[in-house]
Amino acid sequence: MSDDLFKLNIDGQEVEVPRSYTLMQACEEAGAEIPRFCYHERLSVAGNCRMCLVQWHGAPKPIASCAQTVGDMRMNPDGTPPNISTKGDYVEKARNGVMEFLLINHPLDCPICDQGGECDLQDQAVAYGRADSRYELNKRAVEDKNMGPLVKTIMTRCIQCTRCVRFAAEVAGVEEIGMISRGESAEITTYLEESLTSELSGNVIDLCPVGALTSKPYAFNARPWELRKTESVDVMDALGSNIRVDAKGDAVMRIMPVINEEVNEEWLSDKSRFIWDGLARQRLDTPYVRKDGKLTAVDWGEAFDAAKSALAAPAEKIGFVAGDLIEVEQAKAALDLARALGVQNTDCRPAGASYGADGVRERYIFNPTLLGVEEADALLLIGTNPRKEAAVWNARIRKAWLWNDLKVGVIGEAADLTYDYEHLGDGPDALKGLFSRDSEIAEALRNAEKPMIIVGESVLAREDGQAVLAAAHDYALEIQAIKEDWAGFGVLHSAAGRVGALDTGFVPGEGGADTAAILSGDMDTIVLLGADEVDLSTTGNATVIYVGSHGDAGASKADIILPAAAYTEMAATYVNTEGRVQMTRRAVQPKGEAREGWAIFRALSDVVGKTLLYDSADALRETLREANPVFAGLGFAPGDAGVDALKEKIPGGDTGVGNGALTAAIDDFYLTNPIARASKTMAECSLQKQGLETPMAAE
Amino acid sequence: MALRRFDLEAGGDSFAFKPETEPTIAFWLGKYPQDKKRSAVIPMLWLAQKDNEGWLSEPAMREVADRLEMPYIRVYEVATFYTMFRLQPVGKHHIQLCGTTPCMLRGANDLKEVCQKNIGKPMSVTDDGRLSWEEVECLGACANAPMVQINDYYYEDLTPESLTEILAKLQNGAEVKPGTFVDRLNSAPEGGATTLLEGDLYDGSRNAVSELPNLPKDAPAEPEPAPAPEKKTTLIKDSKPAPKAEDKPEMVEVAVGEEDDLKRIKGIGPVNEKALNELGIYKFSQIAAWTPANVDWVEDFMSFPGRIEREDWIAQAETLAGGEETDFSKRVDAGEVESSKDEGEA
Repeated sequence: MSDDLFKLNIDGQEVEVPRSYTLMQACEEAGAEIPRFCYHERLSVAGNCRMCLVQWHGAPKPIASCAQTVGDMRMNPDGTPPNISTKGDYVEKARNGVMEFLLINHPLDCPICDQGGECDLQDQAVAYGRADSRYELNKRAVEDKNMGPLVKTIMTRCIQCTRCVRFAAEVAGVEEIGMISRGESAEITTYLEESLTSELSGNVIDLCPVGALTSKPYAFNARPWELRKTESVDVMDALGSNIRVDAKGDAVMRIMPVINEEVNEEWLSDKSRFIWDGLARQRLDTPYVRKDGKLTAVDWGEAFDAAKSALAAPAEKIGFVAGDLIEVEQAKAALDLARALGVQNTDCRPAGASYGADGVRERYIFNPTLLGVEEADALLLIGTNPRKEAAVWNARIRKAWLWNDLKVGVIGEAADLTYDYEHLGDGPDALKGLFSRDSEIAEALRNAEKPMIIVGESVLAREDGQAVLAAAHDYALEIQAIKEDWAGFGVLHSAAGRVGALDTGFVPGEGGADTAAILSGDMDTIVLLGADEVDLSTTGNATVIYVGSHGDAGASKADIILPAAAYTEMAATYVNTEGRVQMTRRAVQPKGEAREGWAIFRALSDVVGKTLLYDSADALRETLREANPVFAGLGFAPGDAGVDALKEKIPGGDTGVGNGALTAAIDDFYLTNPIARASKTMAECSLQKQGLETPMAAE
Repeated sequence: MALRRFDLEAGGDSFAFKPETEPTIAFWLGKYPQDKKRSAVIPMLWLAQKDNEGWLSEPAMREVADRLEMPYIRVYEVATFYTMFRLQPVGKHHIQLCGTTPCMLRGANDLKEVCQKNIGKPMSVTDDGRLSWEEVECLGACANAPMVQINDYYYEDLTPESLTEILAKLQNGAEVKPGTFVDRLNSAPEGGATTLLEGDLYDGSRNAVSELPNLPKDAPAEPEPAPAPEKKTTLIKDSKPAPKAEDKPEMVEVAVGEEDDLKRIKGIGPVNEKALNELGIYKFSQIAAWTPANVDWVEDFMSFPGRIEREDWIAQAETLAGGEETDFSKRVDAGEVESSKDEGEA
């Protein structure tokens, strides 16, 4: 037996596991199923529910397997491996006892409980519960607590597993949930029932093994067995978190995370989770054409005719602007149509940005990978607030800071990121001389084996954006952040569609105008591909064609509206900030007359007489793969495959960086896109947040 | 145990520790490393409660949390866990009535009725703000059951009558001496001791050596002392022969006030100084003149072999005898060295 392995005899089967394993992990290794409530793989061990009891032959009492480290166990007196039973009368009786106590004060309200059907307590009561209660006294009742607009509480159901407390303190990094009082009076609450301020608060709903914390917007909407479950990809931020869209009929009822260790582990940000009511509100479900200054519902034919005459303008007077949520297929079809029309004025970047035009993919993706932060030993964030721009990844930074002693430095806004960091300055000029600067983080970055330099995408839209990118890259080269097996430099995007659109080449063509120029009033016709986050106040007399799913800024400005499907309504390709190509799946049908974005442009190309060469999404994707091989590989991030391209200096560093403060890319976490702005839940969260922040700002 | 919640209304908006509490706070914070100061949360909450008329208000709890840099919820958990922290106002005299088994058997329930009658419901405060009461678990004075704790003191062996009297006195602003309310000393028997009464138990006469009753008559009363084990000095390598008497350093006589302060030498404290003085060593110059043989003798005499050389007394003494200072003597002169102060000085 080697030093770090330990042999156990579990249910008559010999297994050898690392000494650091818990007995529960060892039992699972042996194929045994251990019931549990308080234990969770991603949280610290509490050992307070006692459901995971197993028998250790020779021990005087049953053992809580989640809290017993294998390395602390000892051999039988005759030197044979310890015998563990996870089944049998002894274990059964112990667990029955635990279950009976858990159920003593638990209400019998399963028929009206939202957790019903996916409740750990319910499931395990089937295996270990009694058919009747022997308890004759009054049951305990607990007051319900306010935890904000997302989490509904029915605290009488709580079994005090403290998963939510540990999640808030350890993963979310906001110590706001706690257990007050003790014994029978113990209650889970936030401090004086204030709302949770975390962007990850919805995860406590998944963590809660009973119906104590449930989703407030989803309350009483559906039963889990009625829902059609479709695995898909989230587009609320550029992480591409893996999700499961639960739909009933043609409505999305809720969104849940799907485990992807490389992207979102098993967490989901509140925006991604609670956005779904926005998918049913403010929808563009039929084409519109502006007649006499008023948008009028028309059929597709009429809308296309109007679009045809608008696109008859001279090619240099037509501009295409892609928005934040654009899927790759639509971008490709729109781009192909534009080029077929001879239009070079195409851009998918925010106004002012000039990156990405050189076609070097490594310069605009997040090369170190999201998972990479767990290997990194020092991290420098430039002009980005990951808590708002990539909330789930922020939890991973916190994890690395907590357990791997990751050192973090920030240039830009000094926000509360839930971990300690050294603030190096507000403006990009802090990069100057950073290499030789006498500071803890500068030294850590200098000496780091795997340093990570991350530039927020919003920085690149500044006047000195390219210079900052080049300066940051120079610094990365200086500290040797880019070596054979480590690409420690990347851009953190906050828009789900950006990297995919850039990969299709959705940038100005030969002599073409960029976003700012297209929107400056020179154009006759502007095609907006769901572009709502750009400044549309200066478009002048241009005819605006808006292709999108929601009636928002772009649609109100539009003269012709072509309704498109939202991300839950189509199978579409998205590329996350790492360059990881992922596909959504259709969970529900597009609303009303809406069509998938690429199909709209395919049909339009026919109308304007420049028919595109693909008739199906598959054919389009084939074209995509031919044009850019990155689309051939689904689900993986290139990571250090791009180090060679990264080793070259990025031009533009000589223009010099400014000293203006790097401002926050996201002002209101809850309202960053048209779907979120249509969501009532998000509006409530936003109001709540403002309510929390206003008095502090007044101080 | 009922639900415990902060009385937010009575707590107001602010709380400040009394200035005289600050040294105590510093004492408690000083016990823990800076990054672990949350360890002081219970004493801090206790002090806050003392400074807030006997109960812990929400602003007081926040003040503690701020001082310890703890999230409010973590302090809230502690404050609600321990019933000794009272989350709503109490009277000037807060009565904690023990209702656990020994007190209950000795009549705590009757005392409860007295409290109910004279004060009201548990945790309610009398109109004059003087009294309030609650039932608590065992206070550890079972020998004097039934008992109550009023603010910081125990009132023991109570009867409904004596408790009524105590309450009346407190309500009138009179002082009541704590302790037992029957004729006994602390936990000694009522009415005085009933055992161990013989006077000769205490006059020392019992200590005299007497004949042991179970010894044979002809055996010696005292066993002969066992021979002392021989010292096996030969086994120790490099053992030095015992210093000879002529190696004793020379004695001098000095007038009072002329002796040097030998404690300015590192390694000499008040005890060693006294021992040296008894050898007739008063001056730095004497120590500076010691030969190696003298050193051996002194070390043997004072039973600390090797120390004089290790601490380099002779070089220190030379420096000091020449009127110069050593680093250590400077610190002694500045009063920074605790062990070099004369007894009583500290």
